[in-house]
Amino acid sequence: MKERLVLIGNGMAGVRTLEELLKLEPNKYDITVFGSEPHPNYNRILLSPVLAGEKQFDEIVLNRREWYQQHDIALHSGSPVVEINRVQRKVVAANGVEAGYDRLLLATGSSPFIIPVPGASLEGVISFRDIHDVEQMLAASRQYKRAVVIGGGLLGLEAANGLIKQGMDVSVVHLMDTLMERQLDAAAGAMLKRSLEENGMHFLMGAQTEAILGDKRVEAVRFADGSVVDADLVVMAVGIRPNIELARQAGLYCERGVVVNDTMQTYDPRIYALGECVQHRDTCYGLVAPLFEQAKVCANHLAELGYGRYEGSVTSTKLKVTGIDLFSAGDFHGDEQTEEIVFQDQAGGTYKKLVIKDNRISGAVLYGNTVDGAWYFQLMREGTDISDMRESLLFGEAAHLGSSGHGGQSKASAMGDEAQVCDCNGVCKGDIVKAITSEGLFTVDEVKAHTKAGASCGSCVGLVEQILANTLGGDYSAPEAKPLCACTDFTHDQVRSTIREYELTDKQGVFDKMDWRTPDGCHVCRPAINYYLISAWPGKAQDDAQSRFVNERVHGNIQKDGTFSVIPRILGGKTTPDELRAIADAADKFNVGEVNLTGGQRINMLGVKKEDLPAMWAFLTERGLVSGHAYGKALRTVKTCVGSTWCRFGTQDSTGLGIQLEEMTWASWMPHKFKMAVSGCPRNCAEATIKDFGVVCVDSGYELHIGGNGGVKVRATDVLCRVTTEEEVMEHCAAFIQLYREEARYLERTAPWIERIGLSYIKKRILEDVDGRKALYTRFLESQDVAQHDPWTVRAKGAEAHEFTPIKQIGE
Amino acid sequence: MSAVMSEKWVEIGKLDEIPRLGSRVVRTATDEIAIFRAADDSVFALSNRCPHKQGPLSEGILHGHRVTCPLHNWVIELENGEAVAPDVGCARSYPVRLEGETIMLAI
Ligand SMILES: Cc1cc2nc3c(=O)[nH]c(=O)nc-3n(C[C@H](O)[C@H](O)[C@H](O)COP(=O)(O)OP(=O)(O)OC[C@H]3O[C@@H](n4cnc5c(N)ncnc54)[C@H](O)[C@@H]3O)c2cc1C
Ligand code: SF4
Ligand code: FES
Repeated sequence: MKERLVLIGNGMAGVRTLEELLKLEPNKYDITVFGSEPHPNYNRILLSPVLAGEKQFDEIVLNRREWYQQHDIALHSGSPVVEINRVQRKVVAANGVEAGYDRLLLATGSSPFIIPVPGASLEGVISFRDIHDVEQMLAASRQYKRAVVIGGGLLGLEAANGLIKQGMDVSVVHLMDTLMERQLDAAAGAMLKRSLEENGMHFLMGAQTEAILGDKRVEAVRFADGSVVDADLVVMAVGIRPNIELARQAGLYCERGVVVNDTMQTYDPRIYALGECVQHRDTCYGLVAPLFEQAKVCANHLAELGYGRYEGSVTSTKLKVTGIDLFSAGDFHGDEQTEEIVFQDQAGGTYKKLVIKDNRISGAVLYGNTVDGAWYFQLMREGTDISDMRESLLFGEAAHLGSSGHGGQSKASAMGDEAQVCDCNGVCKGDIVKAITSEGLFTVDEVKAHTKAGASCGSCVGLVEQILANTLGGDYSAPEAKPLCACTDFTHDQVRSTIREYELTDKQGVFDKMDWRTPDGCHVCRPAINYYLISAWPGKAQDDAQSRFVNERVHGNIQKDGTFSVIPRILGGKTTPDELRAIADAADKFNVGEVNLTGGQRINMLGVKKEDLPAMWAFLTERGLVSGHAYGKALRTVKTCVGSTWCRFGTQDSTGLGIQLEEMTWASWMPHKFKMAVSGCPRNCAEATIKDFGVVCVDSGYELHIGGNGGVKVRATDVLCRVTTEEEVMEHCAAFIQLYREEARYLERTAPWIERIGLSYIKKRILEDVDGRKALYTRFLESQDVAQHDPWTVRAKGAEAHEFTPIKQIGE
Repeated sequence: MSAVMSEKWVEIGKLDEIPRLGSRVVRTATDEIAIFRAADDSVFALSNRCPHKQGPLSEGILHGHRVTCPLHNWVIELENGEAVAPDVGCARSYPVRLEGETIMLAI
């Protein structure tokens, strides 16, 4: 017989847990759900747009009744549980229905706090928690005119905004001097207040409510200073309290919330709890992002997989009032140990404050322009050392990565629905908003999957996050440690360290050791694992052709019509008439569609049919040309200028050095493509300062540059150091590459990698630790011993022939 | 209108001519058909054109009974050629079976 699982609380956290559980173990439990509300599960955070008349209730339902039926879940809606009997292991609902459990899940959420003033129970005094409250407010707005909202926090302001949209005259009463003081400092609070006043909202600041006046229905509100304001509707939004009564009666240990451990278990291990009703490591949460992280962990344990742990969340907030961009995260007030970086433009309506502690961001408040909120939040959660980017930090990610990169809009809320967000896939803001609300999306990954926005070059992801946050009101980006892919909960770094620690040398070993959910992975994890294996154990790990992307399997770049390109290696960009003749002859003989010069000083023959590749390679290798690896996550090219041999400005032999570098590094597999350049003097004709590794020759030697990128986001290099001999250039180059090969995540270019780990770290490993550098250099050369074989030559001689010929030709 | 299909089974090769988790194509007068071999040695046949923008599915990465198109990462079910949600589209699928080690395809 199946085990019985009972869920109390048919809200956001509880049902999310069931969804996660069904993904992991669809048939493990007989599931019963009790909910007080007479509805299926809906998206509570979208109550604000329902109140504002921007959405109907039907549009915010997350799981319809059919969903429960499909999954054989017994749903008792409108049926609050009144007793948990832990001895008999059953729950009892108010209507007498009972259900036995083997495991129990408590997700009762929280209740609005009602200030205990006289008149608080009059008709027309309501809170803002569920759809019933919203219906009452909507009904009142049709009949009455004057509303008072008590509480100038997130919820109060969203309620006030909605009521104004419904045509009411709204005053917000706030005990403090700053609106949303738990999320905003005084400066941002004042700017917010001004914008809301422009929208017609009135404020009574520093006002303490003393009584609500009226006979049957509310008529006015009186304050401690004796003043009185007329009101036909009073909305109390002064805070929430976890619903713990039921748990407490059952004898479960509670403080402010039901106390749970890192596996979301209460003091009774059969009983799990999560959501707003719990207290975890002394914290109670009131936003959905942490609840979703809890749900993942809880489902993992209910499925008896037993490896997830919830270790608390860092949260960020957004206000869902159309036209207002506001972002807040972490400890934004600061203290003696912190410093602040502030930007304020009253007229432009922009304010940014970052609180820095020990060179790390510990809090942020943004008002007006919040496009960088997601970036700051990420730096904050990952604890990134920002000393290297201090000066440009406040100007945002674009400034930090170089302002010349692609990426236009920065204010999501100012964009019209038809404004294009994703320039690669032609997705407009309206498409994204629609997908978020109608499909019930919560994460950037989900938006990517449904709309394709941000799925190609990724430069609009910040904007997508912002739209997501504006629509849902919060940051839903995945928890800090992103799993490698949907086949596992482990991260890139965990997979790689497991491969090293247990000396795993093939993919099956990784799948077995790490409990992969799929029998043979997917297109995301297989190439990554293959790279981690061959880079950790050169020569020992088997390179798996079927785990490689087609370009690396076929040693050419696939084009949009399914043909391939052929690019021979031209060391350092220096060629000869003989080589050029060989290329021209090949182009003629194989009828190539087009011949192009590439940005990396190579020659590209396009439009070659797959089955012609081996013959064409045979032709080229016979004339001394080898594969240029222009298709791989590998060393691409070393671009050079003519240097001191010809140029009147040249200080060193840049061409010769480029050739030596390319001879050392060709055919080395990397986490992503890798480009180099050598310029003969600071005029920098070879553009060495936008390469992964660049050399700028100077009179006294060589200046070494790292981490540049000329792609979607332009990033100029950081200077690593200056050296005086070519041998030193070679050693530093190889050591840097090897560090990148060993530590960057698969598909991470050097630019974002350096952003993530910091230039200081690289300097420490390569400059300060001399023995370490030499060891990296040696490891690189060892792995090159194994890697440096020309893939064209062997295939031209017949290797992997199955790859290039049809298995059968039928008819013509 | 109903089209009458006259199905003809033809031998196209041996199982071990296709690597596990790999694919090869059969060329006919009118179409290119991708034959896939999954890790469990089951075989599937789909038109070698992705429902998105005609990408060659035979060049994709296979996983389970699915293949990821090499051009824009749509994931296609090998059993029936359907794109995995949220993408929508279908590649034509062909009956295929194994007789011992021999792969038979109906066209
Ligand atoms: C108007 C509004 C706007 C919000 N906006 C945002 C936002 O922008 N961003 C954000 O991150 N968060 C927002 N929140 C907060 C977010 O909605 C909550 O954090 C989240 O819903 C909590 O989930 P939960 O499952 O713990 O509780 P709930 O979703 O409240 O679910 C608990 C359910 O349990 C039921 N229940 C309680 N006791 C019993 C019982 N004894 N028997 C049976 N059922 C019971 C309750 O009726 C309720 O349906 C907002 C909340 C509101 C009200
Ligand atoms: S970089 Fe300097 S040495 Fe090289 S071509 Fe330009 S000017 Fe001449
Ligand atoms: S052509 Fe297959 S995903 Fe675009």
